[in-house]
Amino acid sequence: MSKKYDAGVKEYRDTYWTPDYVPLDTDLLACFKCTGQEGVPREEVAAAVAAESSTGTWSTVWSELLTDLEFYKGRCYRIEDVPGDKESFYAFIAYPLDLFEEGSITNVLTSLVGNVFGFKALRHLRLEDIRFPMAFIKTCGGPPNGIQVERDRLNKYGRPLLGCTIKPKLGLSGKNYGRVVYECLRGGLDLTKDDENINSQPFQRWRERFEFVAEAVKLAQQETGEVKGHYLNCTANTPEEMYQRAEFAKELDMPIIMHDYITGGFTANTGLANWCRKNGMLLHIHRAMHAVIDRHPKHGIHFRVLAKCLRLSGGDQLHTGTVVGKLEGDRQTTLGYIDNLRESFVPEDRSRGNFFDQDWGSMPGVFAVASGGIHVWHMPALLAIFGDDSCLQFGGGTHGHPWGSAAGAAANRVALEACVKARNAGREIEKESRDILMEAAKHSPELAIALDTWKEIKFEFDTVDKLDVQ
Amino acid sequence: MPFQSTVGDYQTVATLETFGFLPPMTQDEIYDQIAYIIAQGWSPVIEHVHPSGSMQTYWSYWKLPFFGEKDLNVVVNELEACHRAYPDHHVRILGYDAYTQSQGTCFVVFEGR
Repeated sequence: MSKKYDAGVKEYRDTYWTPDYVPLDTDLLACFKCTGQEGVPREEVAAAVAAESSTGTWSTVWSELLTDLEFYKGRCYRIEDVPGDKESFYAFIAYPLDLFEEGSITNVLTSLVGNVFGFKALRHLRLEDIRFPMAFIKTCGGPPNGIQVERDRLNKYGRPLLGCTIKPKLGLSGKNYGRVVYECLRGGLDLTKDDENINSQPFQRWRERFEFVAEAVKLAQQETGEVKGHYLNCTANTPEEMYQRAEFAKELDMPIIMHDYITGGFTANTGLANWCRKNGMLLHIHRAMHAVIDRHPKHGIHFRVLAKCLRLSGGDQLHTGTVVGKLEGDRQTTLGYIDNLRESFVPEDRSRGNFFDQDWGSMPGVFAVASGGIHVWHMPALLAIFGDDSCLQFGGGTHGHPWGSAAGAAANRVALEACVKARNAGREIEKESRDILMEAAKHSPELAIALDTWKEIKFEFDTVDKLDVQ
Repeated sequence: MPFQSTVGDYQTVATLETFGFLPPMTQDEIYDQIAYIIAQGWSPVIEHVHPSGSMQTYWSYWKLPFFGEKDLNVVVNELEACHRAYPDHHVRILGYDAYTQSQGTCFVVFEGR
């Protein structure tokens, strides 16, 4: 039935607040935490968010009558209180699948977290969670390899992967940098990592780094008899440069490269993931800039959304925080989003911050990477929290060892294996952490020294962004 | 004390992946690990190889994977039988996880020379 054009400004809620709507399996669902300006009713704020993130604009326009906006509009179908918070509320919004280009995380985010975040009727707005419908997931490439393939390539089973970032993060020449890689790998680490800041600076051009690192990896592999790797950072100023670096890593027969997916952008990331899938290369993902977006409890995007987006865009490992180290992140929330990286189905669970059931279908899983301010004393807790499908990275906790990086690496490897062995034998590794580590240190002077070096270091600050519970 | 005397010399060691950095396990400790494989619902598998081939992806199976085997003693006896048959080979046990199609764990029980 055709409608008449009625110029002017309508209230958003007349069109976009539809409490009777039952979401379809193919709808993309989003949960926003909204904080409106004083005096604006919740329904109007929520409807405004639905409108501005989908088909709406502030004024009625004649050209909307050329199409059927009822079919394309986003709808707010539920409003909920935020526990313990009177000024904010949750708005649940359903978006029809046709609003989004197939396989484009870029497009989803441009809509959902675009103009609407600057909207004046809102004081704050935070995208808490997205339920991606299977129909959309099936259009995304996802992790180029996934956990199972990565384990098979690296020949690592029954334990987390062990890594570290090369330090100092800036200023080493290519040859000196390769030396540090070699020391870590010969000491017992599986993987080393370019710091995210390392791209191709004047003190160390990327080609120089790649060549020396490749030699270090191959030598360590030969001497230890184990499979080794180094995340060669291919993040670059242009996509062309990025691909050139990736191609060279492949030419050097390296198993894994790295990308910074937020500063590099989702389009670059998805492209590089596709390249990795085509070329049998593993892809490690760093998340620089995430805390700008995800740390404020009332504004921005929660990291669980950024983690889901990465799984769809593509990556085999993603940094997730450590819970116990120097960087922000509470335990339940972290468990909630690492489930979304690794599992094939994650049920709604508010105690873990998951607002929706999320079915991942056949999409491969992503290794959770714990990195930042962790040392051997944290090992039992890290294993308990992250389980085997994780990569534990000790930077300062490796290079800071009084005997150097190789001994630091060995200390971490002994501690990790002692904890895995104890867990498998049925011991409560968090409760018995001290005994387990001290026992292991009897056979390892490297570990004994590490335990002594870091015994006093703790990072006990309150989490800024907590789960909304009373 | 002069710097040199406090710093140890870390010697690179050739290891065989998981548990390679721990001292050899006692029999009871090995039993605990096998019990863990069985308790996870994984199928025990025994593989062996001459040390010169330790970096190959595929080691030789000892018989076939012991699908559905729940008896710790059966697995232990098979491990020992494999070691007797190939005393100079590395022998490792792994757990096949049919759900992930990966190995739940894998470690060397007897080192050949």
